[in-house]
Amino acid sequence: MTAADREQRLHLLSEMLRIRRLEERCIELYSSAEIRGFMHVYIGEEGVAVGALQALTPDDNVVATYREHGHALVRGIPARSIMAEMLGRMEGCSRGRGGSMHLFDAGTRFFGGNAIVAGGLPLAVGLALAEHFRREGRVTVCFFGEGAIAEGEFHESMNLAALWQLPVLFLCENNLYAMGTALERSESQTDLPLKAASYEVPAWSVDGMDVEAVQQSVRRAIEMIRGGGGPCFLEARTYRFRAHSMYDPDLYRGKDEIAAWRERDPIDSFVARLRTDGDLDDPALGLIEAAVAEELDDAVAFARAGTLEPVEQLARFLYTEAVP
Amino acid sequence: MSGAVASTVTFREALREGLRAAMAADERVFLMGEDVGRYGGSFGVSRGLLDEFGPQRIRDAPLSESAFVGAGVGAALGGMRPIVEIMTVNFSLLALDQIVNTAASLSHMSGGQFHVPLVIRMTTGAGRQLAAQHSHSLECWYAHVPGLRVLAPATIDDARWMLAGALADPDPVVIFEHGSLYAREGEPPGPGPVDLAHAEVRRAGSDVTLIAYCNGVRIALAAAETLAGEGISAEVLDLRVLRPLDADAILASVERTHRCVVVDEGWRSVGLAAEVSALIMEGAFYDLDAPVARVCSAEVPMPYAKHLEDAALPQPERVVSAVRGLGLGPR
Repeated sequence: MTAADREQRLHLLSEMLRIRRLEERCIELYSSAEIRGFMHVYIGEEGVAVGALQALTPDDNVVATYREHGHALVRGIPARSIMAEMLGRMEGCSRGRGGSMHLFDAGTRFFGGNAIVAGGLPLAVGLALAEHFRREGRVTVCFFGEGAIAEGEFHESMNLAALWQLPVLFLCENNLYAMGTALERSESQTDLPLKAASYEVPAWSVDGMDVEAVQQSVRRAIEMIRGGGGPCFLEARTYRFRAHSMYDPDLYRGKDEIAAWRERDPIDSFVARLRTDGDLDDPALGLIEAAVAEELDDAVAFARAGTLEPVEQLARFLYTEAVP
Repeated sequence: MSGAVASTVTFREALREGLRAAMAADERVFLMGEDVGRYGGSFGVSRGLLDEFGPQRIRDAPLSESAFVGAGVGAALGGMRPIVEIMTVNFSLLALDQIVNTAASLSHMSGGQFHVPLVIRMTTGAGRQLAAQHSHSLECWYAHVPGLRVLAPATIDDARWMLAGALADPDPVVIFEHGSLYAREGEPPGPGPVDLAHAEVRRAGSDVTLIAYCNGVRIALAAAETLAGEGISAEVLDLRVLRPLDADAILASVERTHRCVVVDEGWRSVGLAAEVSALIMEGAFYDLDAPVARVCSAEVPMPYAKHLEDAALPQPERVVSAVRGLGLGPR
């Protein structure tokens, strides 16, 4: 293992910790009523976004769901900007109009933040269709939960992307529950890659609790797509440790099940692997945690000091404003 | 139109010429929808364009309204200028999520970072005995949605030129093509362009304003002709743009005539005619000599049988009768 490899592995760890700690802060801010509305945290699933987004270039497109704090952060939206959005401030990445579920950033080609389950899939197909015409070398990655597979838009989008051989990766984050409905209670066929394969889309599964496995799998998929192979479907098997949203009493799954998945925490297990491999010791981990804490202290302070958009500007951005 | 010099053109030909010109003018423009290519468009609007522009840009889509409308949104975000054709407004309900929750919302929801320069064309309206699932006028559903611009061409000129303006708009535009107008003939279109903000007076008058759009304009003009024979001078105002409504033009006309009938093929309750009436009540209440009247479709799913369909739809006679009800007719 080279120094660069070690550096890269520590980067993966650091990115997962950034998400975990950011969302822990968000939960605190929710408890203190500084964040309101629906908020869905990604805790337990960090390995998927972190592993997947390593394979992209800044020119690629990302479409995500309402559980997208982690994707936004790893894609490069500053923690400050995300936190300000959570607090409804003008300095937020959607100027306070989106909130937790609608983080957007044109600079990093982060197209949201879509809170309609499966609503992002046709959009991703369209971004890939634009690439089909423009040949700018962009791949589109579309994240969605397994709940989206029950929607017609999943099937329509799969068909369209395969029919037109579009450069899009459909990345299904299977956390086993669509809100409170377990996969086996909502799908007659629970083999998700099989569904994608029926549209002639290359499809396979990966352990979503293993950040390096995700990274490897997504790299392979992106290479196939960039090589002109059309769309791919990847199922990342993962689990959310927290309830669906801050409103969810989490009555639909057993504590034993949650505890069993927590044993496979993507951060803890990666830390253990890094220690075994001699890539991480306590001081190194302490340094990473300290840097993350510093970043988040700054982000929260920035958000709290942010401004509220004047109400007179309520109707701005409904239509494109002329550039002065 | 292209080729032979015709003394008249159809509404359909004018639309096609608008499409052809838009495709030729900008390589980012492409047309996508069910049967737009080999079939030539379910109502024949895009016939011949496949040969001219090829299957990449005249793109047949599978029957998946939500996916291909959403793909239009995505392609627009990706730098293209898609024109998406939906066969009828009834079918567009399958894509309502993408139009309302995505296309119309993205700019505001993203704090002005993303724009969706997408044009959606769809057929609307009854009059061809196509029954309840191909005949409705749901324009007001779209006119209700902030973030959209909604166009309703009634003339050959607007059929020819509205598309160019819609494509120049950086935000999503929905264009309604009334099925009964496709075969209508008229003078060849003018040299364009046309604006996408203003209502137009199609016939000047002084006793009553008939406000209409799409096929309703034809009905209002026929009614105005009958009324003229009775010595009543009716002004016909073509709304053209259903969102945003041209309130200034509506109020200016009513302030001149002091009476108004709104002709709207949509259902009467909670519809466009209701909105126009409210707007007049708010802005020209003291100029009115009579309550605003509405001539709308009967509140039933559109029936198939000819006599029932005729009875359900606004007709010139119903408009004439509504005008007489304002105290203007023979007593």
